[in-house]
Amino acid sequence: MAKVVAVTGNEAVANALRQVNPDVSSAYPITPATDIMQRFTSFVSDGKVKTEMILVESEHSAMSGCIGASAAGGRVMTATSSQGLALMWEELFIASGTRLPIVMALVNRALSAPLNIHGDHSDGMGARDCGWIQLWSENAQEAYDNTIQAFRIAEHMDIRLPVMICMDGFIISHSIERIEYLEDEEVKNFVGEFKTLNPLLDLEHPVSYGPLILPDYYMEYRRAHAEVMTRASEVVLDVAKDFEKLSGRKYGIFDAYRLDDAEIGIVILNSAAGTTKDAIDSFREKGIKAGLLKPRLFRPFPYEEVGNALKHLKAICVLDRADAFGGSYGPLFIDVAASVYPYKERPVLFNKIYGLGGRDYLPEHAELVLNELVEVSRTGKVKTFKEYIGVRE
Amino acid sequence: MADIVEIRWHGRGGQGTVTAAKVLADACLSSGRHVQAFPEYGPERSGAPLRAYNRISSKELRMHCPVLRPQIVSVVDATLLDSINVAEGSTKDAVFVVNTAKEPKDIREKLKVGSEQKVFTIDATKIALDCIGRALPNAPMLGAICKATNLVSLDNLLEDVRKSFGKKFSQKIIEGNLEATRRGYAEVKEG
Repeated sequence: MAKVVAVTGNEAVANALRQVNPDVSSAYPITPATDIMQRFTSFVSDGKVKTEMILVESEHSAMSGCIGASAAGGRVMTATSSQGLALMWEELFIASGTRLPIVMALVNRALSAPLNIHGDHSDGMGARDCGWIQLWSENAQEAYDNTIQAFRIAEHMDIRLPVMICMDGFIISHSIERIEYLEDEEVKNFVGEFKTLNPLLDLEHPVSYGPLILPDYYMEYRRAHAEVMTRASEVVLDVAKDFEKLSGRKYGIFDAYRLDDAEIGIVILNSAAGTTKDAIDSFREKGIKAGLLKPRLFRPFPYEEVGNALKHLKAICVLDRADAFGGSYGPLFIDVAASVYPYKERPVLFNKIYGLGGRDYLPEHAELVLNELVEVSRTGKVKTFKEYIGVRE
Repeated sequence: MADIVEIRWHGRGGQGTVTAAKVLADACLSSGRHVQAFPEYGPERSGAPLRAYNRISSKELRMHCPVLRPQIVSVVDATLLDSINVAEGSTKDAVFVVNTAKEPKDIREKLKVGSEQKVFTIDATKIALDCIGRALPNAPMLGAICKATNLVSLDNLLEDVRKSFGKKFSQKIIEGNLEATRRGYAEVKEG
């Protein structure tokens, strides 16, 4: 039986982690993710979980602790944001390269400088190529559901890779919403017993972690990692199917909203997708065939499936909540463009950068973009391929 | 009321405004409604003006942005009326609930509200001082909003006040807040 509650995104994720009851967590606080671990450490102190909590002096050590505990053979999780993720940078590659199924909540926040604690996607996008699986979440319910599913995906014997669950800082992490919790027992059964794979602490079967691999085999190792990533989509979908049986909530590798018969479309991540869906409904009422695609599995990016879902559109605007300095376009735009590139007949694409450092994304911004899409679909001409919106001139 | 009700709170840091928005969201969860409660996060200083928001709806709430066109405006600190236009963007039939010892007609004039807009006043600070001995007007404000808007029953609201304050405070403070909520409900004036 589901329990209906009004909680913040952070509270929901902390509760999911309590229900999963991992063996080890190693963490360091940073706004806006602090609240997750603050709540979780209370669960540890109150004996609600059996997790061994390692409090460290930096995020670099937090991820190092997770790597050690995971290699030792434990189910491991942590949480961070922004500068914290940036400080984990080299360890992120070690976690994924060592094929360790660590689960980490990333509460998306802008990067310094200038110092800013609010939500944007610069942190997650900076880590998009580090070999982790990334699931992005529109609201507290999705953050909760993704956290639970992440353990099954990460620990799948065909995958064994770390998974990052992203949600928007403050907009979701600190806002109270109605969500449905699963029962503790249901979550426990869904994630199942942790299965070890070559654990360091199995002294009967000694193994070596972190070896030196020179040009003779490094490339084969990297290709193997790349090939594992190609299997992630299928596992994510299988886990989602099981989760739907349990919860009634359906998940895909992306959310296609009113896209089948659409002529124009917006591609956008996380919380801004909800605001955009409301604007799309009001355009539909006016007879304008608008739709939306919201990636859930952002890494590995499902190029083929996204391309197939978007190829019939006349015009698409990709909205990025992060910029790629020196690259021509925002990171999401680049992936969407690559997805539709193989098609001879393909939509006209343009890119908007919005909401940096927590700048509000309002219905009027979605309407502005939709109006421009109507114009572009009619004329086939784009005035500016990339620009910032909701910004002072 | 419409499918979706949007509320904007104006208060000052330290008055319990954000807690009030949270308690209201919790209370409105009843009857299967969807709710949101969130503050505007700035530098969090005691006494600094702040805004908080609620959305309450029979349908799923997908929008994640501040409330720009509130149907209900709750002013927890009347000194804000001199520095902020609390009526900004309010709907033409908006309901204002203001913590003040003044009469609704005085506030009506000050806010220059439209003929279809309603103004309610409640001396929430005095009630708080009477009931809990501190100028924390959030509980009587909740009682007043409950009466002025019918968003939730008084019993449901009291239950959530008890639950929410019960986590942090002594029995005496909880009872004081429950009494303050009841008095806010009983003493709110319309005009």
